[in-house]
Amino acid sequence: MNAVNSYIGRPMERVEDLRFLRGRGTFVGDVRRPGQLAAVILRSSVAHGRLCGIEVSRALGLPGVHRVLVARDFAQKIPRIQLRLQPLPDLETFHQPMIADRKVRYVGEPLAVVVAETAAIAEDALDHIDVDIESLPAVASRGQAEAALLFEEHGTNTAITWKASRGDADAAFANADYVRREQFKVQRHAAMFMEPRGFVAEWDGRKLTVWGAAKTAWYNRRLLASSLGLSLEAVDLIEVDVGGGFGSRGEFYPEDYLVPATAKLVGRPVKWSEDRREHMMAANHARDIECEVEIAATRDGKILGLRGQVWADIGAYVRTNGSVGPRNVAQYMSGPYAIENIDLKATMLLTNKTPSGTYRGPGRFETDFVRERLLDLVAKDLGLDRVELRRRNLVADSQMPYELASITPYDSSTELDSGDYHAVFDRCLAEFGYEQKKSLSGKLIDGYYHGLAIGSFIEGGAAGPKEEARLVLETDGSLTVYLGSSSVGQGLETIMAQIAADAMEMPYERIRVLHGSTTHVKDGYGAYHSRSTVMGGSAILLGAEKLKARIKTLGAEKLGCAPEQVALDGERVTAGTRSLPLAGLSDQTIEVEAEFLNKKYTWAYGTQAAHVAVDPDTGHVKVLDYMSVEDVGRMINPATLHGQAIGSIVQGLGGTFLEHLVYDENGQLLTGSFADYLLPTASDFPKVRSVTVELKPSPNNPLGAKGAGEGGIIPVGGIIANAVADALRHLNVQPMELPLSPPRIWALVEAAKAGMMA
Amino acid sequence: MKVAFELNGKAATATVEPRTTLADCLRDELGQTGTHLACEHGVCGACTVLVNGEAVRSCLALAVQADGERVTTVEGLSSDEALSPLQAAFRKHHALQCGFCTPGFITTAHALLTQEPDADEERIREVLSGNLCRCTGYMPIVEAVLEARGAYGHKDVER
Amino acid sequence: MKPPAFAYESPATLEEAVGLLARSGNAKVISGGQSLMPMLAFRLASPDLLVDLKRLKGLNDIVVGNDGVALGAKVRWCDIERDKRLQTAHPLLAEAVRHVAHYQIRNRGTVGGSLAHADPAAEMPGIAVACDAKLTIVGPKGQRIESAVDFFKGALMTSLAADEILTEVKLPAWSAARRWAFLEFARRRGDFAMAGVALHYVASGGKIEDMHIGAIGVGDTPLRLREVEAALNGRQLDDAAIENAAATARRTVHPQSDIHAPAEYRRALLATLLARALRHSAA
Repeated sequence: MNAVNSYIGRPMERVEDLRFLRGRGTFVGDVRRPGQLAAVILRSSVAHGRLCGIEVSRALGLPGVHRVLVARDFAQKIPRIQLRLQPLPDLETFHQPMIADRKVRYVGEPLAVVVAETAAIAEDALDHIDVDIESLPAVASRGQAEAALLFEEHGTNTAITWKASRGDADAAFANADYVRREQFKVQRHAAMFMEPRGFVAEWDGRKLTVWGAAKTAWYNRRLLASSLGLSLEAVDLIEVDVGGGFGSRGEFYPEDYLVPATAKLVGRPVKWSEDRREHMMAANHARDIECEVEIAATRDGKILGLRGQVWADIGAYVRTNGSVGPRNVAQYMSGPYAIENIDLKATMLLTNKTPSGTYRGPGRFETDFVRERLLDLVAKDLGLDRVELRRRNLVADSQMPYELASITPYDSSTELDSGDYHAVFDRCLAEFGYEQKKSLSGKLIDGYYHGLAIGSFIEGGAAGPKEEARLVLETDGSLTVYLGSSSVGQGLETIMAQIAADAMEMPYERIRVLHGSTTHVKDGYGAYHSRSTVMGGSAILLGAEKLKARIKTLGAEKLGCAPEQVALDGERVTAGTRSLPLAGLSDQTIEVEAEFLNKKYTWAYGTQAAHVAVDPDTGHVKVLDYMSVEDVGRMINPATLHGQAIGSIVQGLGGTFLEHLVYDENGQLLTGSFADYLLPTASDFPKVRSVTVELKPSPNNPLGAKGAGEGGIIPVGGIIANAVADALRHLNVQPMELPLSPPRIWALVEAAKAGMMA
Repeated sequence: MKVAFELNGKAATATVEPRTTLADCLRDELGQTGTHLACEHGVCGACTVLVNGEAVRSCLALAVQADGERVTTVEGLSSDEALSPLQAAFRKHHALQCGFCTPGFITTAHALLTQEPDADEERIREVLSGNLCRCTGYMPIVEAVLEARGAYGHKDVER
Repeated sequence: MKPPAFAYESPATLEEAVGLLARSGNAKVISGGQSLMPMLAFRLASPDLLVDLKRLKGLNDIVVGNDGVALGAKVRWCDIERDKRLQTAHPLLAEAVRHVAHYQIRNRGTVGGSLAHADPAAEMPGIAVACDAKLTIVGPKGQRIESAVDFFKGALMTSLAADEILTEVKLPAWSAARRWAFLEFARRRGDFAMAGVALHYVASGGKIEDMHIGAIGVGDTPLRLREVEAALNGRQLDDAAIENAAATARRTVHPQSDIHAPAEYRRALLATLLARALRHSAA
């Protein structure tokens, strides 16, 4: 055999870049079908009310308007969005109807679909539709939960409560030397990917084709087909280029039904392109929690337990993965620390706001904010060093696999798979230069107080249950890989080609990867929970073994020998002195299918550190240095991985300082554009550093990889808040709420100064 | 209304409503879909094109305002044969992930480096702060633009 | 977010432009479009007609003379940035304009557009009131001159009638002896200021004279802080004077609260910026 390929581990330049750099990507907004019409959605401007009637005749009278569809045009009984993850009978009441059905429950809820020659004309028509809504009091916060019921038949505005348990928290707290209880809040914000959503749908009388799929096309196809009364084979969802997802794009939204259903009713291709204002009220919100949590410890800093209550404001409905964030807050609050006694409840509260779903590191960003803040408070109260406290409590290599709290309902246990948390912690301290910087804690330099912080995190990946791959050796000897994994911008085509090239021992340039569309494999699962590399990559490995065996068998026939005698080098099959090229080996393609099954999560992990400088008079915080070290088990492409890490951290900084979806007490969304929803820009966080290591491969898959790509964001809120507290230690400023906007920090400083003078 | 302007070096005409933005005209009437819309209210920069060599937000320009001008989109800065030095630098530094904001960064960076080949990191960050990227965290984009300066005449005196 | 429908005209002369506005009654002027186009995208404005100033001549000049600096309404931010004369002819203007928006917007946005749009947090209106600017406005009855402080009526509201066009803004002559500072605080670079200060004065025998202080982001319009000016005129610029000025500023402005900042923050921020700007001006 020739020298083995080693594309895995190399920072290969991405094949995707060749089209993106030239503006030759095909995003759904670029798809045009002959005869296509434009669809625009009328959305409720009332947060809570009874839908009494919609009058569309004036809108129909506008030149260029073809149809205006309301609920009864779509179905007698409006179908509902089913939960994709952690479905429970108890949550069925809160499934969202594909279009508002007798009630509206949030500003932005779809009321009607206008179909016109152009999007501009369709938008004109919106003002000509008369909607009669009998307003009801809005539930816009936990305090307003008694104002009205979103679901009268349910009796409360509480959906369900998740409970995370480990050990005996009550006993641990009763016997602890030290207990501290605090309240925390994380603000509502969102993934806010750059490409707004969109669909082009076309019905030809027998087949419904929908362009614009992402993330979970196979689940979405099943739901769409059953909602429209079509067979699976009659529906194809096509994934084109996707402008970011971060856990939000690709889940099944009302528009995933409305646009295809409209195309079917109208009989012409229909295109819907979401605009940014619409996106802010229509795409999943995330992260909105308040909590009251206690931590128990021994006098010398061994953390004994976590106990408390989390309230998650999940909006008006539970959409496909609305449970994941709240559930994760409870189950993963202990993170990489060995905390043996846990009793955390996470209650999902229904409010008249846009429904929420997953956003990169769902629940984990929130829960790490709470935990890391508590750890620094414990250190301060007990007079211990914050770094030593963490070292003392990190799960040790010898304790792996380490079982985390189990969660009910939807019984689920999980364990940390492998890792040397202490080694990575020390590496971060060294890379960051903690020893050299620590004398800056609390120092005032040129009007800014300096502060540092460090903290560790875990990142779960590789959600099962499986992924499919189909490998096809083309007649010209090249390889096409069809994958159930989805692209959301993470460089899938490149990474999977690297894996396939190594597995098939073929040149990388002879491999093409196609992904995400239901036409590619029978049953895919998609991209979520950082699973594509592990799940898709492992499926490719299995497929490659099968394909090589088939090629050797065919080669043996043609060379007149036994398969064991055939050698394969990626371009030729050889037996002794005789060889044949792969190109033309068969006059037909050779195809195999493979699936990789997985029940066990992988756990990437790491440590991050921050150096900030705070201006107490304006509340401005400069992030002078931000360092992250993460162990991912095995890197396929260090360049794309590094890119994900930096991008993820900057998203975390955005969520910590800038981003906020604000509602008033009437459930009106006040954040309506990028002038109000502030995203990080190139001048905001210039110094962000990341190092990725391969210390402890995962034992849970043949690649040894741990799902990665979400980790960077996870601990940012907690670490920055700790650094700000460290900077303002002379005032004992303790941030308990995000975002750390200038007015919030200023108010904390003012309150602290007033308190000290009293 | 009829509009006529030079597009990527060739004469282009279109019939549009007055309210049609330059961005929509380029994308829908003239087949140049490389210019992307991510906000349509002038904040994100994904729609950046060059008008008479200057970077502008094409969602904030009416197509009729471009009549008689010289418009360059990302397609006009690209060739089939090879990536430009700026594009190659982006690829080398992994300065794109999903690719949606990328055309706006390419046009903006090209305009900047054409006018200011010696722009330093601070200036580059200042100029690029008018373009939003949700994937990369900006660092690799800044590195790519710094490296691309050489192709625009910047002399690297430190080396 | 497609704009509502409107007609479009690109007249060759100012008279034609004014005539079009007068006959329509519901028309808007467009030049750079950087403030108007977002309004149209959000359908916050529904004009029947847009009158483009594109073809009008003589409105893009920057004239620097003994009597001051005159900026034609179509002068763009990038034009001001590139005009090296302004570093000395009006350093306060040059510094303030460096903070306006972003690169792409600066290639299109105009002085006239910013003044006519009258965002209370915008830099140019702040400079106009701080510097006693005079605005030239042309309408069907001819030309009128108005002081900047009288021009701004409220948030996004000016004295411009539906048939009037702002053609020029004149800033009085700047003497090299003037001390000055411009300071604003925004969430991110290029954002509208949460508060900002533009000030200039003469230091005569160690005492402040002719103090001018403009503030942005702390009211419905850009403000002249007259009480603070009065408190400083005739005094030495020492710590006591600065603290008193800052406290007076904090007391005399009444900003609104919004989703970005509560009113008390903006007041405190203004005081902080004023104190820092005063110290900066003396350095």
